[in-house]
Amino acid sequence: MLNLQTESISLKQQNGQFGKNGAPQGTPKSRRRLYQSIVFNFLRAAALINGAALAIILWFMLARGWRAINWEFLTTAPYDSMTKGGILPCIVGTLCLGIGAMIVAFPIGVASAIYLNEYARPGKVLRVIRLGINNLAGVPSVVFGLFGLAFFVIYLEMGVSLLAGALTLAAMSLPVIIGASEEALKSVPDTYREASLGLGATKWQTIYRVVLPAALPGILTGGILGLSRAAGELAPVMFTAAVFFAPHLPSSPFSEVMTLPYHIYVLATAGTEIEATRPLQYGSALVLIALVLGMNLAAIIYRARLRNRLS
Amino acid sequence: MTEPMKVSSKNLDFFYGPSQALYDVNLDFEQNKVTALIGPSGCGKSTFLRCINRMNDLIPIARVQGNLRIDDVDIYSPEVDVVDLRSRVGMVFQKPNPFPKTIFENVAYGLRVKGIKNKAYIASQVEKSLESAALLDEVKDRLHDSALGLSGGQQQRLCIARALAVEPEVLLMDEPASALDPVATQKIEELILQLKTTYTIIIVTHNMQQAARVSDVTAFFFMGKLIEADATETLFTKPRKQQTSDYITGRFG
Repeated sequence: MLNLQTESISLKQQNGQFGKNGAPQGTPKSRRRLYQSIVFNFLRAAALINGAALAIILWFMLARGWRAINWEFLTTAPYDSMTKGGILPCIVGTLCLGIGAMIVAFPIGVASAIYLNEYARPGKVLRVIRLGINNLAGVPSVVFGLFGLAFFVIYLEMGVSLLAGALTLAAMSLPVIIGASEEALKSVPDTYREASLGLGATKWQTIYRVVLPAALPGILTGGILGLSRAAGELAPVMFTAAVFFAPHLPSSPFSEVMTLPYHIYVLATAGTEIEATRPLQYGSALVLIALVLGMNLAAIIYRARLRNRLS
Repeated sequence: MTEPMKVSSKNLDFFYGPSQALYDVNLDFEQNKVTALIGPSGCGKSTFLRCINRMNDLIPIARVQGNLRIDDVDIYSPEVDVVDLRSRVGMVFQKPNPFPKTIFENVAYGLRVKGIKNKAYIASQVEKSLESAALLDEVKDRLHDSALGLSGGQQQRLCIARALAVEPEVLLMDEPASALDPVATQKIEELILQLKTTYTIIIVTHNMQQAARVSDVTAFFFMGKLIEADATETLFTKPRKQQTSDYITGRFG
């Protein structure tokens, strides 16, 4: 700051009111600085609001939910009309649905991204496919839920089941995975592709041996983001997989499951003891947040490791 | 009786979509000689180089007309497999572009994609190639470290070693030293002079001193046309065309 001050003074002394050759000076320095600081502070405030929102949510859930969390809560099933016991079946159900969705969506999504980014020639077909993917990303999740109910549950006769829910979530996560994978593939420099082809590799060898390994950190991040989003969804599973209460842990793809979001929803709106189960609701929400944050953290750490290994 | 030329282009035209980038290029390359392609930016010298290993196939709107032969076989005829062609015609690029893999795996890459599995052969070939690229002494203790940890000059010699490992007959170099410092450049130039005993080398360069130092034949390109090609010494001392003379004396470009 001090340096700038002296510099501006010395400039003034040299040039007087006008610049060199009497050219009119633009905005005075003091006003320019004021604009600078207004804009900068505005941007900083915007960024802070982001962080604050997350902090408030976490604090709110922690303050109200931490009392509910203990070993029993994490490892037993609910009983007494959900007013007692734990949420183990919901944790298991949520994980099964999320992982099941990724088993289906990850390979299809990555394969689509490879096709779109490496093989497809620009043209009408590509535009139509992209339009489809973008629109898929914009479909509200409850619409996916209804689609899953109509198509997987009823038309394909899967019933309300883990399988139907996982497939519905898979359809919903596809755009996320395709988008992330395409970004990752695009970030692989073309010089790698040229070098590989120049050495007599086929296109597929180039993709498999050079492009995919280089894009892997980004692709896996997309997969885990998809997984964590799928795990937190309520609407797509409420008609296709989730039930109010399942007496057993899921034993086959055709089992009905309990899930954390649906459990919270049911306790908070439809139970007989809404007020009495508040701590359980917050506790479940806290577990859900921890689960999702944990997955994202794992993705970040894994990606950092892969990057280190590559460079 | 004249010996058949290693690489020979006849009436070669090249188009990017509607715009023509090369006009009727006729140029022959002798076996075990270094030919330098010089000319101002955008003159078509790199485009011509990339025709020789069909790297331009990657550009959807690119189109080639005319005749380009290697060992008297038209490389654009439908019977020629482009993957085979590229393992016979190696390429070194302007910017060093090693894969984000180990030094060893970089050099072994061309062999692996050929389907060669014999470990002893791969190891000996890697060593031989690094030796030929004058890099072995510097990296022999860290073959299994990442190639990205090497300096720019070392990376470029690694890229040369990588190209040599598949034992190409022709080596294309697209301004291989333009991203390097003078010391690394000198090493690359010394290397080129050694390599020409085994390979036919075609090098694109912006640097006329470099062309004079390393090449036997120099070809001058301007606005997509081959203006003049001659023995390097002749071209630089007694150019026949005015444009060549203007360019090499620094009057433009």
